[in-house]
Amino acid sequence: MRTLFSLVSLLLITSTACAVDSEEALEDPVLQARYEKIVAEVRCLKCQNQTIKDSNAFLAGDLRREIRHMLEEGLTDEQIFDFLVERYGDFALYKPRASGKTLILWIAPALFLLGGAFVLVNIVRRRMTLPIDDDSAAED
Amino acid sequence: MWKYSVPVVLFALLMLMLVKGLDPERDVNALPSPFLGKPAPQFELPSLADPSKSVSNADFENGMALVNVWATWCVGCRQEHDFLLQLKESGSIRMFGLNWRDNEVEARRWLQDLGDPYLATAYDGDGRAGINWGVYGAPETFLVGPDGTVLYKHLGPLNWSLWRERFVPYLESSGSTQ
Repeated sequence: MRTLFSLVSLLLITSTACAVDSEEALEDPVLQARYEKIVAEVRCLKCQNQTIKDSNAFLAGDLRREIRHMLEEGLTDEQIFDFLVERYGDFALYKPRASGKTLILWIAPALFLLGGAFVLVNIVRRRMTLPIDDDSAAED
Repeated sequence: MWKYSVPVVLFALLMLMLVKGLDPERDVNALPSPFLGKPAPQFELPSLADPSKSVSNADFENGMALVNVWATWCVGCRQEHDFLLQLKESGSIRMFGLNWRDNEVEARRWLQDLGDPYLATAYDGDGRAGINWGVYGAPETFLVGPDGTVLYKHLGPLNWSLWRERFVPYLESSGSTQ
C-alpha cells in the first residue's frame, strides 16, 4: 500500500514537472508573463486538445517562436490573437472572441437560463391559480 | 395541444445534431480555412530546385493553380504522390509545391527519386510561410483561382475520387479545365 502510494505520488509529481517549452525565458519579465498567458490560450491545431504551451508538436514550437518574435517587436496581445485567428480561424483560441459566428457560444447559456426561467415562472403561475383542496388537479 | 410539439421539435433538432456529429465520413480534425474566398497569403521563398531563384504568388497568376504543401517526413504526402504525378500527366491544372519544414537535400532527392509533379517548389524551411497560409498538417492542398483567391483547401492525401468530388466542380464552374 505504501509503495503504491509513493508510486502514485511520484507519477503526480513528474507529470507536472514535464514542461514542453524548452526555450529560454524572454529577457523582460513583463513580456515573459504575457507570453506565458498567450501560449496557454492558443490551441495547437495539430493536436487539437492541447494548448501550444503543452504540446510538443513542431507546429506548436513554431507558433511559440512566432509569438515570441511578435512580443519582442512590441505587438499587443490583441494583435497577436488577430494574427492567429486570421490564419487559423476562431478555433485557434481557447477563449473564442464574442463576435460573428462565435456570438452564439457566448449568448446561448444566458438564453437557456432565460428560457428555463420563463418555463418555471409559467408553471408556478399556473399552479397558483389551482384550487388548493383539489388533489387530482394538483397532481396533474 | 401545440405546446407539446415544442419538446418534440427540440428533441428532433438535438437528434439531428448528434447524428451529424456521428457521421463516419466527417473528418473531425479538418477545419475550414479562414482564407476561403480571400486572397492567398503573399509569400516569396527560395526555389527548392535552385535556391538562387525564388517562387512567389506571382508564379501562379493567370489561371487556376494548385498549391500542395508537402514534406519528406509526411506519410500522407508519399501516399498522394503517385496521384499528383498522374494529375500532372492529365494536364488538368498547374501545380506548385510548398516544401514545408523539411530538409532541403532530402526534399530534392524525393523529387528526383519519385518524380516531380510541380512546376516549381518553394522551400519553407522554418515553416513561416506555412503559418501564413494557416497550414497545420501536411499534406494540405489549396486551390487558387486566376484572381489569386483561395477557392478551396483540402486536408489530407488526395486521390482521383476526392479530386473529382471536391476540386473538379470549381474547375468546371470557372471553365478553365485545361
